[in-house]
Amino acid sequence: MVQIDGRAAGESLVRARGLGKTYQRGGEEIHVLQGLNLDVDAGEFIAFMGPSGSGKTTLLNLLGGLDVPSEGSVTVAGDEITRMSARKLTTWRARHVGFVFQMYNLIPVLTAFQNVELPLLLTGLSKAERRRHVETALTVVGLADRMRHYPRQLSGGQEQRVGIARAIVADPTFLLCDEPTGDLDRKSADEVLDLLGRLAGEHGKTILMVTHDPLAAERAHVVLHLEKGVLVDTVTAGRAR
Amino acid sequence: MAVPLIYNVRSLRARWASTVVAVLGIAGTVGVFVAMLSLARGFEATLIASGSPRNAIVRRAGATSEMDSSVVLDQIRVIEDAPGIERGAGGALVSPEVVVVAAFPLKGRGTEGNAQVRGVSPKALAVRPTVKIVAGRFFQPGLTELVVGRNVAGAYDGIDLGKTLRFGGATWVVVGVFDSGGTAFDSEIWCDTTVLNQVFQRPQALFQSATARLSSPEALNGFKDALTSDPRVTVQVDREVDYYAKQSRQLTTLITVLGTIIAVVMGIGAVFGALNTMYSAVAERSREIATLRALGFGSGSIVLSFVAESLCIALVGGVLGCVVVLPLNGLTTGTINWQTFSHLAFAFQITPLLLTWGIAFALLMGLVGGVPPAVRAARARIAAALREL
Repeated sequence: MVQIDGRAAGESLVRARGLGKTYQRGGEEIHVLQGLNLDVDAGEFIAFMGPSGSGKTTLLNLLGGLDVPSEGSVTVAGDEITRMSARKLTTWRARHVGFVFQMYNLIPVLTAFQNVELPLLLTGLSKAERRRHVETALTVVGLADRMRHYPRQLSGGQEQRVGIARAIVADPTFLLCDEPTGDLDRKSADEVLDLLGRLAGEHGKTILMVTHDPLAAERAHVVLHLEKGVLVDTVTAGRAR
Repeated sequence: MAVPLIYNVRSLRARWASTVVAVLGIAGTVGVFVAMLSLARGFEATLIASGSPRNAIVRRAGATSEMDSSVVLDQIRVIEDAPGIERGAGGALVSPEVVVVAAFPLKGRGTEGNAQVRGVSPKALAVRPTVKIVAGRFFQPGLTELVVGRNVAGAYDGIDLGKTLRFGGATWVVVGVFDSGGTAFDSEIWCDTTVLNQVFQRPQALFQSATARLSSPEALNGFKDALTSDPRVTVQVDREVDYYAKQSRQLTTLITVLGTIIAVVMGIGAVFGALNTMYSAVAERSREIATLRALGFGSGSIVLSFVAESLCIALVGGVLGCVVVLPLNGLTTGTINWQTFSHLAFAFQITPLLLTWGIAFALLMGLVGGVPPAVRAARARIAAALREL
């Protein structure tokens, strides 16, 4: 269930209340997000759409603890992250958020295996356990045979699938995907979207995705539109469901 | 948990050009630093090795070196009778000595250098058992004969075994070459004290110092107390090792200070090199750093990671600098001993301690050059850096 009116009953997985973000630029205040309310239940696959500058990525950054709001609060699984110190927020991100980036953001000098292993280095898992988890994640994204490859040896679609494996390997509370298909051709984009659909459908992952691509948004359970920093409407999509 | 070190090592390899520049800067600095210290160490070691813990050197009270000291024959008698002196077949092992400086042409330089000519007693070899005749023979008392240290023949023209040379108005024959094991004596020319006094028209009963062989190193205090409390003599007594250590101090300190100043100046340059390399590394990898922080690596881990990277550069530079100067070890060079105004040959001494100092200096440069960029890396705004190309 997804609501944007701030009236959700019960405890939702992700809850934003009165969320606002204001930047100062040349003495002028730019309100990127204004009084935004959002409730997302576990297992939802949500796409945020909207024109450039509407605040999609800023919203994602606030929900993922990468940025702090100017006003309002974000609560995830009962933890109000907007009250956390920077140090605590870092630890929280490691435990609860899996990030998927438009440009994949893989570390070029590390192999696919080592890239996927990075989040696990922050856990107490043994080397053998880490290996098992990494192999599982790479198998889920269909790249078990590319473990020893460096990012430069992979196609864009494969790189993004490694990025997704990295995002899911530590079994985070939710995935935040910022334009995951924005740098891919249609075929690769479809493969990545299929994968995200499977993660939501078969593995019950909660996914919040920012996209410009209507075909990508179509895969989500719910599409939320942002305009000038305000969530304006909700569209139930449905292909993935 | 720290960012894996392999990330830094591979990043350095990927950006090898700027890494090499920083490594060479640090290597050059460490090389100069170690070379200068090894020069000082070699000079110090050569002089200190000249002394024996079982020998005592007796000089006029207040004299700073043998050059401004005087000991008369009557005092020599008192010294010979003092307790703690080793006695051989010829009596007390005491060598009354005089020292003059004579100029000889330096090999291959076209200029003259001062050699220290030491008039010694015929008992000198018994007083200093580490000195061995390695070619020819020891001088005969009463004759204008010379035995020369093994470095003398190499340093000056015409001072070889069997050659005759003129100085002080007399003609001398080189009858032997001695080896004192790499000490300052190897740069000296020895002859009979009495003959040297005659040639230089000095009083026969006047010497500049007396070196005494003690029965044991522990005998020094008794020997010293006996002489310093005896109203017939006004002398100072030093253990020979301490005397030469004192002699080396001024020049050693100067070389060390100069070497450190040069190294620090070069080090500042090398630190800027490291800073430049690390700042550009941080700038080029801002998105990678932001990604690592987004994944949950804390600021401390990022600082540690980039400092480790800088230290890797420094370590490689330090090791390279040490390896490059290692061949200098044992290489003989020479300088003027400021206490005696004579030429002293000595060898560079690169010890494990100096190499440790070199590596430590390199790591210090790496630390200074690595921390500010690392802090910048850890402070950048994640959200903005994630979208940088």
